[in-house]
Amino acid sequence: MKVIDELLAQLPFATVEQIGKEYKVSIPKEKLYETASFLKNNQRYSFDFLMDIIGMDYGDNLGVIYTLSSTQFPDTVLMLKAEIEDRDKPEIETITDLWNCADLYEREVHGFYGIVFLNNPDMRHLFLRQDWVGYPFRKDYNADPSLNPIPCTDENLEQMEDLPSVEMVNGEKKEDHHKMFEEEEYVVNFGPQHPATHGVLHLRVSLDGETIKKIDPNLGYIHRGIEKMSEAYTYPQILHLTERLDYLSGSISRHGTCLAVEKGLQLEVPERAHYIRTIIDELTRIASHLLGWGCMAMDMGSITAFVYGMRDREKIMDIFEETCGGRLMTNYATIGGVMKDIHPNFQKKVKEFIPYMRKMLKEHHLLFTGNPIARGRMEGVGYLSKEQAISLGATGPTGRASGWSNDVRKIETYAAYSHADFQEVLRTDGLTFDRYIIRLDEIEESLNIIEQLIDNIPGGAYAAKTKAIIKLPEGEYFQRVEGARGEFDVYINSRGDKYPYRIKFRSPSLTLVNTLKYIAVGNKVADLVMLGGSLDYVVPCIDR
Amino acid sequence: MEVKDIYIRDMKYEDFKENEYLEEYVKELRANGVNIAIAKVNDLINWGRSNSVWPLTFATSCCGIEFMCLGAARYDFARFGWEVTRNSPRQADVIFCCGTIVHKMAPVLKRLYEQMAEPKYVMAFGSCAIGGGPFKSSYHTVMGIDKVIPVDVYVPGCPPRPDAMIYGMMQLARKIKMQDFFKLPAQPDMAKYKEKETDLEKLGNESN
Ligand code: SF4
Repeated sequence: MKVIDELLAQLPFATVEQIGKEYKVSIPKEKLYETASFLKNNQRYSFDFLMDIIGMDYGDNLGVIYTLSSTQFPDTVLMLKAEIEDRDKPEIETITDLWNCADLYEREVHGFYGIVFLNNPDMRHLFLRQDWVGYPFRKDYNADPSLNPIPCTDENLEQMEDLPSVEMVNGEKKEDHHKMFEEEEYVVNFGPQHPATHGVLHLRVSLDGETIKKIDPNLGYIHRGIEKMSEAYTYPQILHLTERLDYLSGSISRHGTCLAVEKGLQLEVPERAHYIRTIIDELTRIASHLLGWGCMAMDMGSITAFVYGMRDREKIMDIFEETCGGRLMTNYATIGGVMKDIHPNFQKKVKEFIPYMRKMLKEHHLLFTGNPIARGRMEGVGYLSKEQAISLGATGPTGRASGWSNDVRKIETYAAYSHADFQEVLRTDGLTFDRYIIRLDEIEESLNIIEQLIDNIPGGAYAAKTKAIIKLPEGEYFQRVEGARGEFDVYINSRGDKYPYRIKFRSPSLTLVNTLKYIAVGNKVADLVMLGGSLDYVVPCIDR
Repeated sequence: MEVKDIYIRDMKYEDFKENEYLEEYVKELRANGVNIAIAKVNDLINWGRSNSVWPLTFATSCCGIEFMCLGAARYDFARFGWEVTRNSPRQADVIFCCGTIVHKMAPVLKRLYEQMAEPKYVMAFGSCAIGGGPFKSSYHTVMGIDKVIPVDVYVPGCPPRPDAMIYGMMQLARKIKMQDFFKLPAQPDMAKYKEKETDLEKLGNESN
């Protein structure tokens, strides 16, 4: 018997369903904390990576789904499900003490579904204003705009800082209120409109002299409700929205969503499409890393680096423009393949780009990597340990800079990655400099992948034939892909309609903001911008 | 002075679309008595103003990346004298609103606009800023920033290309050139361009 089966056999109250490497484990809600802590703390098979918490409205019941994975067996995905009958006062235990990333996830579910996590000390809305009326992700939400008109006044800071919670003391529930900051603490507002926050991010930073004591990220300034909207959109329409989540690696998110739908349809995608998608994804990754690198350098004062990064990125934009029609948004992958065949110039241009980029990478290193001022600021600052990275769910280059091997392209090979021989770039120090340099190294690795694929694009159709109206069979579908800043997951719950019943994206940036809370404390406020830049989050990806 | 006479380097009258609106605007100005001496001083001042517009960096989402491209090497809006992007509304002439505005952000945008010194301008970049764009069925998106503040130039696209943004900048330059500086602030009457006012819009307008 496999280890995981042995493990699950120790949970007599659970019903287990297995599809491939995915395990769906349903448990009664009273057993939630016990099961979660059992899965997390098991010696032989520790589920130490909490990927996401998905809120659900099943119609009669509300529910939560915890998607878990393990660093020892990274290709296994376990979905821990619990249902909550009481719609008026839905409550479930918190798991924040098991995984560091759970607090933001729980707040998100609370804001959208009204589920209260007992013992979680911070039950504010995450994305919506504290005075928002109703829980928008519930199926019975009243969407009348007069209930929630466009607000005319700024959000009340007092309200923003008041943390409501429900605590269990000796089996009795007690409602409580805490304050985020002490009365005499010196708190500085950073954002939401600030050029160095890389988007509309609002950080409340408590300072002791120049040293950061505590950070409270205030999110939602670009929360566009994509997941809720998608519940009324057909699958091809949703693709358009996914690209606008993490717009710097939009093609990858779009690709992931296509793969999830194709999984549900059991659609055979032509090899040619797989190759094309993979090349486009890697080009996107390079473009994203170039911008990430340039912006981080600009955060430290080097405008030249930003201009260099943008200059090289434009080459990729040219390639996209010819083949896809769009620059930033490629709108290219579609269910069953890609929209149109590649442009006759595509291969030639990509092949020209590879040596060009290699040469420019040297220039980038020359310009900035060896710069003593930059080195001095980046080395020894912003340490993130491997354990912390896993507990925070900081995937992507951030986690890999701390030695956590989490590349989905390796773990669960998809598209044409199995045809390319490439390395997962890993570093072990977990410092700002590692997060900086890992992006440049990954550009090199992406160039290698493209080089191996570009000459071997097979002939044949570029897309499989699909029906005009795509209906996904009933069931749950889950797909992971490696975005430019971490693992991007798509969870689709279908009831057999042309619309998803529930769709949830794991946006890698949300956990990265959470990471900032941990790595910035104790550093100087002058380094905050650079630390944010090294995590390279994209704010609409946080807010969705 | 006709709109035709407004000199914008490298852009001919025919290259601009929908000139009638600006022509009418000029007629109105003239009807309100801008006499010759003042007109010449006006031209001089406006020439200076339109060639050195200081934008506020304000990029909320995807369109903001194209705005960054506009500032970077290839499109380089420094060529037009527009590159002094300010980080404070108090030093800026124009907001380039690049990206979606959501409910939580709306009061912030309004406050930024109010903090800018007169004369001030607003450009809405991208379909989100114009009318909600792809998020028109969302519960948390403002369906166009003109619900919150008045807009001078709309540049459509999702996202608009940087060249489209340059076209929008030229349009604003023309608009600035034909204003009567001594009677500023002379913002266009936004209500004129709204046919039906829904309840939501009323709310937005009252907040102006
Ligand atoms: S118009 Fe399109 S590209 Fe621009 S912010 Fe809206 S969704 Fe993004």
